[in-house]
Amino acid sequence: MEPILEVESLSMDFGGLRALNRLDLKINEGEIVALIGPNGSGKTTFFNCITGIYNPTEGNVLISPPGKKRERINGLKPNQVTEKGMARTFQNIRLFPNMTVLENVMIGRHCRISSGVIGSILRSKATVGEEKKAVEDSYGVLEKFGLSGYVNDFAKNLPYGAQRRLEIARAMATEPFLILLDEPAAGMNPQETKDLVQLITRIRDIEGISILLIEHDMRLVMSLSDLIYVMDYGKKIAEGTPDEIRRNPVVIKAYLGEEAHAET
Amino acid sequence: MDYFLELFLGGLTRGSIYALIALGYTMVYGIIELINFAHGEIYMIGAFTALIVAGVLTFWGFNHIAILLLASIIAVIYSAAYGFTVEKVAYKPLRHAPRLSPLISAIGMSIFLQNYVLLAQTSDFLPFPSLIPDFKFLEPYSHLIRPPELVILLTTAVSMLLLTLLIRFTRIGKAMRATAQDRNMAMLVGINVDRIISITFIIGSALAAIGGILIASHIGMINFYIGFIAGIKAFTAAVLGGIGSIPGAVLGGLVLGWTESFATGYVSSDYEDVFAFALLVLILIFRPAGILGRSTIQKV
Repeated sequence: MEPILEVESLSMDFGGLRALNRLDLKINEGEIVALIGPNGSGKTTFFNCITGIYNPTEGNVLISPPGKKRERINGLKPNQVTEKGMARTFQNIRLFPNMTVLENVMIGRHCRISSGVIGSILRSKATVGEEKKAVEDSYGVLEKFGLSGYVNDFAKNLPYGAQRRLEIARAMATEPFLILLDEPAAGMNPQETKDLVQLITRIRDIEGISILLIEHDMRLVMSLSDLIYVMDYGKKIAEGTPDEIRRNPVVIKAYLGEEAHAET
Repeated sequence: MDYFLELFLGGLTRGSIYALIALGYTMVYGIIELINFAHGEIYMIGAFTALIVAGVLTFWGFNHIAILLLASIIAVIYSAAYGFTVEKVAYKPLRHAPRLSPLISAIGMSIFLQNYVLLAQTSDFLPFPSLIPDFKFLEPYSHLIRPPELVILLTTAVSMLLLTLLIRFTRIGKAMRATAQDRNMAMLVGINVDRIISITFIIGSALAAIGGILIASHIGMINFYIGFIAGIKAFTAAVLGGIGSIPGAVLGGLVLGWTESFATGYVSSDYEDVFAFALLVLILIFRPAGILGRSTIQKV
């Protein structure tokens, strides 16, 4: 079977700086894949390149959504990438702070609504029906993520852990086949992290959505991932299962530095 | 008391026109943080289009009401097309440029449109037909409010109500608010931001055109320069109320209208601008973000 996301020798230059250097990556359907590496190694740049925020300098980003044709998506705009079925969250929370929880999720459903501008202004029957369904679907998503108690609260007033969950819920509302999580556990306490692990597993097992995540919390990465990619200075330095990565000397060196490694 | 009421209603009329134009400034600023200096020109083009269409229709012998409605509809559509085009030509290519560049582009667009109308039409003041009919039931109150003023008040109130409903409850409105709060994130949840920006320009321009037609048929004179002055006043109203805030633009417009009206009535018409701008300075000293604007605290 074809991988649902295949990245071939992807490079990104900023002026003279090569932030990504010929990176390859593959995700199969139903996998949880982690991308790790020291700060500044290019993980978030990689996310930006495959979600259309940056247009990569070289290389291919290919997707094969389940049941659809394989397709190259470099150079598409972020909203088009989302329509193709890839959704993401950010390192720092980026909800729409002055909109309610329900509105935040409904915004995610936009790209799945077909009626256009005129219908929305004139409130045609089809539009009203579609919007009603969007509200119902959004309630469904909120329920799954344990957010139904907050429906009409402004996003900015939610507790931290709930804001994180809402971000994932909003991404889920776009009906993705692959979801990209950028440091989802950042700033969470141990209990919240534990809940997050459950949530991510549930997204994969029950919703059948594949996951690519960037994370620094090694315990989380090791317990969740099927496959781990390690980056340093814009290059891939290792890939493998959690066990392989844990024992890989190159990875230990990148994380702890030469001297520390020599001492151990 | 009657005199006060007259000034109050006069200020309300004037203020609602300012508010109609100010909405365009504030909506565009809210979404792309640009002061669209060509916005006043859209208002002027609205008035000119209505004048030309009304002239043709009068020649063909249409009745008053038909002329008013047709001229307004055509002028609104035509101005909206101008607003849409201005954005595509002058601002969209500069979307990722430093913030000063689209601002200069806006000023250039404003001068260009003024001179284009000057050359294509004339530099003289043109009489604008009073399209608004006399209402019999208003006659007893004619010392307080005349038909054009009533029509202005009603039209602006309805336009603002529709705009509020659009922004609060429709899908487009939600997408507009999301784009205003975080443009990149809006794209990432699948919103076509370019289209939302176009729609914002179209709505703002349509409102400005409505303002242009109303004020032109109220005052009875137009020339190529009216957009500049009205634009500056409406911009002031938007800043006064807190730029980026829609209720702020309405409130700012009304406050400005009342200030001018009372200054004219109780002091002298020579001082109307002095009072208006003195008020602006005072409000900005005590509330730098405007009356309803939120001051953002910069984290260092």
